[in-house]
Amino acid sequence: MSYRLGVDVGGTFTDLLLINEQNGDIFTAKVPSTPHDSSVGVLNGIARICENAGIDPGAIQHIMHGTTVATNTVLTGSGAKVGLVTTKGYRQVLQIARSLVPGGLGGWVIYNKSLPMAPLALTIEADERVGADGKVVRKLDEAKLRRDLKALSKKGIEALTISLINSFANPDPEQRVGKIAREIMPGIPVSLSSDIVPEMQEYERTITTVANSYVRPKVETYVRNLQKNLRKTMSKVQLHILRSDGGLTSAQAAEALPVNLLMSGPAGGVAGAVWVAKQAGFKNLLTFDMGGTSTDVCLIENGKAQLRRETTVGDVTVRASSVDVRTVGAGGGSIAKVPALTKALRVGPESAGAMPGPAAYDRGGTLPTVTDANVVLGYLPTGEVRLGGDMQIRRDLAEAAVKPIADSLGLSVKQAAAGIIAIVNENMYGALRLVSVEKGYDPRDFALMAFGGAGPLHANAIGKLMKSWPVIIPPGPGVLCAYGDATTRVRDDASRTFIRRFSETTDKEVAKIFRALAKQASKALDNEGIPKSEQTFSYQVDIRYRGQALLLTVDFEIEEFETKGLDIIGGRFDEMHRQLFTFALPLDKELVNLRAVAQGKPTNVRAPKVPKGGANPAAAATAKLKIFVEGKDRDATLYDRSKLQSGNVISGPAIVLEMDSTTLILPEHEGRVDDWGNILITPVA
Amino acid sequence: MPARIVETKPRPFKRVEVDPISLDLIENSMLNARWEMDTVLFRTAMSPGIREQHDEFPMIANVDGKMVVGQFGSFIYGFKAAYDGTIEEGDMFLTTDPYTCNGAVSHSNDWLLLRPIFKDGRLIGYAAQFGHMTDIGGKVPGSMPTDAQSIFEEGIRVPPMKIYKKDVLQEEILDLILHNCRMPQWNRSDFHAIVAAIRTAEKRVIEIANRFGDDMFYSALEELLDRNKRAMARLIKDTVPTKRQYFEDYLCDDGMGMGPYKIKCAMWREGGKVIFDFEGTDPQSTGSVNFLLNEEMFKMFCGVYMIMVFDPQIMFNDGFYDLMEVRIPEGTLLKPRAPAALSCRTHALGRIFDILGGLLGQGNPDFLCAAGFSDSPHLMYSGYRKTGEWYQLFSIGFGGIPGKPSGDGPDGHSLWPSFTNVPNEFLESYFPLRIEVYETITDSGGAGLHRGGNALRVAYRFLEDGQISIHDDRWLTYPWGVTGGLPGARSRKTLIRKNGKKVLLPSKCDRIPVLEGELLYFDTWGGGGWGDPFKRPIEQVAFDVEAGLVSREGAKRYGVVIKANGSVDEKATLALRAKLSKKRGKPKLFDFGGTIPELKKACKKETGMDAPKQPVFQARFVAGTAPASKSKKAGKKVA
Repeated sequence: MSYRLGVDVGGTFTDLLLINEQNGDIFTAKVPSTPHDSSVGVLNGIARICENAGIDPGAIQHIMHGTTVATNTVLTGSGAKVGLVTTKGYRQVLQIARSLVPGGLGGWVIYNKSLPMAPLALTIEADERVGADGKVVRKLDEAKLRRDLKALSKKGIEALTISLINSFANPDPEQRVGKIAREIMPGIPVSLSSDIVPEMQEYERTITTVANSYVRPKVETYVRNLQKNLRKTMSKVQLHILRSDGGLTSAQAAEALPVNLLMSGPAGGVAGAVWVAKQAGFKNLLTFDMGGTSTDVCLIENGKAQLRRETTVGDVTVRASSVDVRTVGAGGGSIAKVPALTKALRVGPESAGAMPGPAAYDRGGTLPTVTDANVVLGYLPTGEVRLGGDMQIRRDLAEAAVKPIADSLGLSVKQAAAGIIAIVNENMYGALRLVSVEKGYDPRDFALMAFGGAGPLHANAIGKLMKSWPVIIPPGPGVLCAYGDATTRVRDDASRTFIRRFSETTDKEVAKIFRALAKQASKALDNEGIPKSEQTFSYQVDIRYRGQALLLTVDFEIEEFETKGLDIIGGRFDEMHRQLFTFALPLDKELVNLRAVAQGKPTNVRAPKVPKGGANPAAAATAKLKIFVEGKDRDATLYDRSKLQSGNVISGPAIVLEMDSTTLILPEHEGRVDDWGNILITPVA
Repeated sequence: MPARIVETKPRPFKRVEVDPISLDLIENSMLNARWEMDTVLFRTAMSPGIREQHDEFPMIANVDGKMVVGQFGSFIYGFKAAYDGTIEEGDMFLTTDPYTCNGAVSHSNDWLLLRPIFKDGRLIGYAAQFGHMTDIGGKVPGSMPTDAQSIFEEGIRVPPMKIYKKDVLQEEILDLILHNCRMPQWNRSDFHAIVAAIRTAEKRVIEIANRFGDDMFYSALEELLDRNKRAMARLIKDTVPTKRQYFEDYLCDDGMGMGPYKIKCAMWREGGKVIFDFEGTDPQSTGSVNFLLNEEMFKMFCGVYMIMVFDPQIMFNDGFYDLMEVRIPEGTLLKPRAPAALSCRTHALGRIFDILGGLLGQGNPDFLCAAGFSDSPHLMYSGYRKTGEWYQLFSIGFGGIPGKPSGDGPDGHSLWPSFTNVPNEFLESYFPLRIEVYETITDSGGAGLHRGGNALRVAYRFLEDGQISIHDDRWLTYPWGVTGGLPGARSRKTLIRKNGKKVLLPSKCDRIPVLEGELLYFDTWGGGGWGDPFKRPIEQVAFDVEAGLVSREGAKRYGVVIKANGSVDEKATLALRAKLSKKRGKPKLFDFGGTIPELKKACKKETGMDAPKQPVFQARFVAGTAPASKSKKAGKKVA
């Protein structure tokens, strides 16, 4: 018997999912997270799940893990002290960045820029130069470089980044500088920009490579500790880490390229959503993951998440592929306010965070949050009707917090709370539009899947705004990420910048590069022990009209390319351009990046089913309560999610409780429970 | 005759009650639509000026043409007053002529597209967007000749006309226009990109009206305008004194050896209304540095500036326009008579922001910002490659953001919204040049409690023979400091000839021949400092020295003594701060770095350039300039 395990470490719970690879049976477990050292929680969870399944931990061969270590390192500014080597004349590349002052006309008045990730005091210049064509214009002054590196090594740097101008066209000087640096400062990890992201644009390449160096020590320590602890009970286990782009990578590759892990957490949620939706029979969906401080949204078309070539964490944007998850700074903890001058109701981006948190949590918070508004309206039930194991929620504190808002708007407390919910829903709606309407997709063609602690509370309302039906509420929002982790395939890609107009290259030349890239991507899978017979390949080009800045990514099969050549790519690009922007142009097209993606085979998993039942959900009903919805108090029924059966139809208004999430079903809507325990909400016809 | 609106099913809107929540929802939806316009344009435009540097501005207006969301305020009144024709469903207007839209666009490079939005047979709003075209023909590549004496030398002008009728593109007109441009493929793509952005806005507006109902939509926009007016009314009352305040600043020169040109503005409050009067501004230039300032646009600048300085939470729109009156005398630098040349108006446009800062801030020193990078300098480089292919670069420069109450000014950034630099690797791949230095200039930011941002130095190595043009300013006058802060460094352009000879180039020049291998140092200027430099925390000064943003010598302007090993000499610092502080006395509210006569006298010695001569004006604009025009009537007067 061989088993694979998915592990998702959340803020409160660590969720695990164990899969029997032969018959697809699964087991789940949920244990408290241990923030001081999350590997403790992981090991507790493993002990629990093995007990549940009655197996020895040694039977687990693969562990798939999504982690937020890299993200948190950036967000908390706790990364390494990074030294940087640039080409002479470019020492301030990070200081200048793209010269952008955010915030519209006059935005500079209130803009204070954060310091570069690699301090200027730790940045030195290499006297060398390569032209845009890759030819060496000025040879490296090695003697000077050695002197400067020696001086730099005395400043206590923990990692070094080398990013030279035009290194995407010729990596040799970077490699030479790297070799000298390793001699002078042995033991200091060195990252070359031509290794990390061999693409044009000096600022983006530099910040990406620096970010890689910055998060590397933390990620390395975390992965190594975890692996060491796992090996104590599981001698043969292989640890895989989920990358931002939804692919899996080995622990070693994750340590070397941690910049690819910045979206590892959200990617797990998206992968899980894809998998759950596939079981329920939906291939096109919008995902909506609402937590305490922010909400992530993503569009999935035909079972595939959209990818993009950049990743943003806090105010840092790097060039690394990630699932196209857009984040809005609005969540359960977002604070509502009414500025005196305009008397407008605003929600967020300030958040009450975990401490003090919403007023209703009674941890000292007094400012009105989205969660408080949900409490005031009765959507988050208080008192004895709640399930056990949860924190206490106080409605009186929530009402007191919302009252000042109500007073400044001249509304009742409930009306004000409803306003807060409407505004925050509108913000989410804006984010969902970014990934759908703005890209030429009609949201009515998509189902909406909500997860995260607060997602299911807001999902029905957002479904109404988007007209995306059904709204799918999967069981257990935490385990969803673990599903994602466990069912993801091993994946690696290899890419190369190859800027040529169609007229400047041939089908033959391009095909040759693709074959080489495929071979390169395949190596990582070979190292994972995946036989060639189980490896599949797909191909992409980034392409534009010559002169444009945008790049669209066109996917194609190698067989198509071998018969039709560049025409197949050009045609598909025109088509995409028309869909996105309403027009195509009769201009020369230009290839920019070529990429091959290698994947292992998908996992054999069967989703667990819930027992079959009738349409009447009365057996799961636990209480009646009053909620304020659509301007008036209404009677609503409260249900216990664990008692719902397949076929049950819940009429709104209703609230469905489970351990770590609450679902609201609005009046004139009903929630149908499917075979897998998903609640599918649709308007009553 | 003013424009006539043709509706197939005209009927009035009903002002209905808007609950506060729907109001905020509609405001957010409109903002989303406005950002979406930018997204569409940036992604599809072709010229680096629009797609990378984002030299473009979108707007959505209500049925009366008042801007509800956008950037520079509405120009639709002026347009409607001047356009003799109909506004119908399916129309899309194009204009590039500043004189026929009362300065809604201020030089002909900006192509303005305007779309009336109809829903069910009646007008419900407008969407508009303009973008800077790299070239529109005329006597020099880039179409902004520094020596032009009339607008006829500055490329093709398009008076307001329907480029789409009943949603059909008037292709022959577009072809005619593009035939006059040096980079027609860029213009064509940029044109289509703007059209796509405007159509997006139209779609969104109709969706929002459908979602909330037409009357609710109409009423919400009215209410948003009112809400803004109420907020601004309070702000004006709290911050603008009834006593007349003056402020003046200068353009250094006109590119023809004359300068500086004075821009002067007075401000006072009468009841709830604030009046801005530009009486005393120099007459219009015979050259191309004139700036046809649209009064409504100036109101928007003021409003935005006040909002940013005093309360950034306020959403800005046109609602407060009745609370301001702008008087600009005709025949002056800011209201030149046609056909005065306008193409190099960027300097006066930028300088307006320094003037506003000084004007509004002098009565509220806690909110006063220093003078900063109030310009967007250009470099044009063009010619034929050895292969025979034409190349033409238009690049915008960056500089020091001023020190301000909220903190230091960033180094080498832009004052203009959403402007970004073009990656140098991109430039090197597509143009025959190599950028050998791209860094901020040590000590160029004005010293202050909050440091002014450093200027930017870009060293261009030309790899083909060609010609360059330069547009910049602040080489003679200083970016001033405030409340004790010192001025930032001035700009400078140095060409290193093939024979090693250093040639200083004027701040504005055209058609300078360059040879393969020659090197241009393009140094912009720094931001002024804010607050007493002797109070800047010593460790912050030491940090800047270690970073190389300030030199050891430059640290002395802060009274900080840094030893050769980089550590702070605390004893010497305390002594120096005490000495310098005593010598200086009370910090000055403004530090201009000297009077104009002083600056001119020291000009040759300090800048290496001859001081500009006193401007000579056309007689008809000098003696008793025309009476001030009231902003309300401005649109009609111009036609």
